[in-house]
Amino acid sequence: MKSVKIENVSKKFGHIHGVKDLDLHIKSGEFFTFLGPSGCGKTTTLRMIAGFYYPTDGKILFDDFDVTRLQPNKRNIGMVFQNYALFPHMTVDENIAFGLQVRKFSKAEIKQKVDRIRGLVHLSQYGNRKINELSGGQQQRVALARALVIEPDILLLDEPLSNLDAKLREETRVEIKRIQSELGVTTIYVTHDQMEAMSMSDRIMVMENGNVRQIGTPQEIYNRPSNRFVADFIGETNLIEATIDAINGNDIQVKTASGLILTGRKQQSSPTLTHMIGDKVFISIRPESIHEGTGENTLTGKITFVEFTGISVNYIVECLDFSLKVMIINMNGQFKKIGEEITLTIAQDSLYFLGE
Amino acid sequence: MEKTHHSSSEGNAWTRLTSANWFVYILVAPLFLVLFAYVVYPFYQTFKESFSGDDALSNYKNFFNIASPANIEALWTSIYISAISVICCAIVGVTMAFLLERYNFPGRRILSVLVLVPMALPPLVGVLSFTFLYGDSGIFPRAFQHLFGLEQVPFSLKGIWGVIVVHTFTMYTYFYLTASAAIKGLDPALEEAATSLGAGRIRVWTKVILPMLTPSIVASSLLVFMISMASYTAPLMFGVERTMTMQIYLSRTNGNLDMAATQSMILSFVSITFLIVMRWYQNRRNYQNLSKGISVHRSEVSSRSMKIMATIASFIGTLILILPILVLILISFSVDGAWKTQILPTDYTLDHYQALFTDERTWRPIWNSIQMGIVATFGNILFGVAAAYAMVRLNFKGKTLLDILIMVPWALPGTVVAVNLIAAFSTENIFAFNQVLVGTFWILPLAYFIRHLPLVFRSTSASLVQLDQSIEEASRSLGATWWYSFRRIVLPLTFTGILAGTLLALVQSFGEFVASILIYSTSTIPLSVAIFQKLYSFKFGTACAYGVLQICLILIVLIISEKLSKGSAGSAI
Ligand SMILES: Nc1ncnc2c1ncn2[C@@H]1O[C@H](COP(=O)(O)OP(=O)(O)OP(=O)(O)O)[C@@H](O)[C@H]1O
Ligand SMILES: [Mg+2]
Repeated sequence: MKSVKIENVSKKFGHIHGVKDLDLHIKSGEFFTFLGPSGCGKTTTLRMIAGFYYPTDGKILFDDFDVTRLQPNKRNIGMVFQNYALFPHMTVDENIAFGLQVRKFSKAEIKQKVDRIRGLVHLSQYGNRKINELSGGQQQRVALARALVIEPDILLLDEPLSNLDAKLREETRVEIKRIQSELGVTTIYVTHDQMEAMSMSDRIMVMENGNVRQIGTPQEIYNRPSNRFVADFIGETNLIEATIDAINGNDIQVKTASGLILTGRKQQSSPTLTHMIGDKVFISIRPESIHEGTGENTLTGKITFVEFTGISVNYIVECLDFSLKVMIINMNGQFKKIGEEITLTIAQDSLYFLGE
Repeated sequence: MEKTHHSSSEGNAWTRLTSANWFVYILVAPLFLVLFAYVVYPFYQTFKESFSGDDALSNYKNFFNIASPANIEALWTSIYISAISVICCAIVGVTMAFLLERYNFPGRRILSVLVLVPMALPPLVGVLSFTFLYGDSGIFPRAFQHLFGLEQVPFSLKGIWGVIVVHTFTMYTYFYLTASAAIKGLDPALEEAATSLGAGRIRVWTKVILPMLTPSIVASSLLVFMISMASYTAPLMFGVERTMTMQIYLSRTNGNLDMAATQSMILSFVSITFLIVMRWYQNRRNYQNLSKGISVHRSEVSSRSMKIMATIASFIGTLILILPILVLILISFSVDGAWKTQILPTDYTLDHYQALFTDERTWRPIWNSIQMGIVATFGNILFGVAAAYAMVRLNFKGKTLLDILIMVPWALPGTVVAVNLIAAFSTENIFAFNQVLVGTFWILPLAYFIRHLPLVFRSTSASLVQLDQSIEEASRSLGATWWYSFRRIVLPLTFTGILAGTLLALVQSFGEFVASILIYSTSTIPLSVAIFQKLYSFKFGTACAYGVLQICLILIVLIISEKLSKGSAGSAI
């Protein structure tokens, strides 16, 4: 298994920046995910690692070996394409064997390896099927088997689940994760689905517009986003603008435009934030951390929207100068109606402070 | 993986070279060189020659001289014939498409197979059979003469109308193919929607169906006009001298090369204009909904009298379509010189077919054409596949230019291609490796290569476009080199496309007449010219035996490509 180092890589298409100044170290054996909205440069980065694009600037290293301008066929990678890119004129076995034939393995070895990997992806009965005789999920697994059978140093997957329906997607997600941890191969996974990213990855890189916004474990990214984009993009949140009013030891008091005072804790803020009185900050509050009742940070507001989802009741509450998305777990089947007043409390630990 | 690392550091210089921005231009340079040497340069030579009179414009002044109007008249006649051909072809082709796609009547099945027969007739052979059937001393005029005991034949096909009838017969298929494809693609729900909104039958037709067919009709009209302008065989056989192609031929045979060049330039101008309009139109036309899996409902012809009429009409249609081939077969068994004033030949023999394969002199032209066709087609494959790959997969400046340069020779009349080649290769020339090509074996393969340049190119790029780029990338990511991927993945998946284009190029070369007649060398006479010569020495039997051979070959090829492309024959036009 190899590690991947990306040093100051940029890729320009004409004048458009596909990726800007990317610096990244993916550890050997890690499951690493590129996450971001459409057009943010995930595929571009992946294709540079695969060798289908060459960077305009910067270097890519596998372990300590410079592969920046190495042809894709010399990189020993396994890649799963979004549309699978299976060879339509070959059977399942011929598809899987292709990479082994390129590597000039003997017939016997090829057969043994193909049989083994086919078992691993649960396709033992399907060796002689034509590609167009397989379901979407089966095709997906052939693509995975074909990429894995060559024992690649790095496995690259570009939105491998986006063509599957919801149920199959979940099954396959578990499957990919199982196979990956069984083989321990360094894996780079591209997706714009945060659920997928959160549940599978060791670490995630969040991208926007060709720039890295944050790199971290799923917990870090969710609980300690380093900027507004990440806070907003990952999960649901309320972002409220405020200024720092007072600092008492570990407590930070902030004041919103309408004069509402909220208190939070110093350590619950993004690493880049400097705490100076009078600074403008953004408070991120997750809807599920707001509760009904009184306590720390009590406020009242008027309900303008109610949505019953079964497991919870979602409200939008109009406070003085901002509105809050609130999610209340459904305990006793009672909920308020539009136009009613509601009193809310937010634990001090649930306030998270972000810079600009 | 130590091995891969080692080899990669070794190949570093090569890697740097191949990943350079300009490397793609090294790859496409040979393509441009070929086009420059064999398309642009000969064309430029003709262009130069057309200005080489007493003063630069004197040839053009002569052309448009009101005092000797032969040339203007020829231009006018060509346009006139082409316009009427378009109208006739459109009427026949679209009507046939509607009848066969929308109605069920006795004889529909056989008619829908035979409707494509004209595509199987090489131009010369087609005209030949028409003169045998309907010409001055043709079977039908004579039959009527005998039947009614007349002094003269009561009617016969000749002159401009002869040309137009032959054009209609051979070219309505372009309309038929595009119109029936369009009709198949028409979503029946549209018609039903219109009907449900209260539209009557006539309104549905004029407001819904015909507008949806317009793109295909316009495209076919442009094509048929272009081909009619370039038509040479029909005017030659019906003795219509005042057409552009005939004028070029006459100027050339009278040794008036300047004038031939001038006439060629003017004809090329018309053809290329039409090509450009056609490309422009194809790019802006939108393909209507092609909802799949809907079979258009065929109305049953039900009333008794209609049924009888439909049966008679389809019988006559079938007869008209099949007769040209039957007559060729019939005459190919007749004894040369024995058929004079009778309705049908009287004496029959198998000699001609025997001679084809046993008599050295009869076999020679066949063998010549096989050789020249194979050489040309081989060139077409190399060039066509490479150009298609470059066009679809590579990114470089000058793509549009490449596309146009490949299409131009196809739009150019064969007569003009021949004149261009004469202008360029009658003297020693660097592109001919310092040889004189005119008068040698090589000039005809070159002409065939140029004329059929787009055939392999177009069918290959069509199948390449359908081949997802990521399939090739998948192969590369699995460690295959470019060449290995090309062999194992790209070639097998585009094979049918390449083969269809190749076969088409091969039969076209095998039957090519228009350019051949102007530049063939007497030591290597091609088959089509041999047919022409036999005709003029009244060896009808041998001529027809040659013709039947060609038709058999074309039928085989059509059947193969029909099987390959599962019913989308004609897509390579
Ligand atoms: N071959 C190319 N030529 C020009 N621009 C490109 C090319 N490939 C990508 N881009 C541009 O680079 C940017 C990043 O594209 P990329 O394909 O990496 O996005 P992505 O994150 O994979 O998005 P998606 O989730 O939609 O697949 C986009 O603005 C895109 O338009
Ligand atoms: Mg992408």
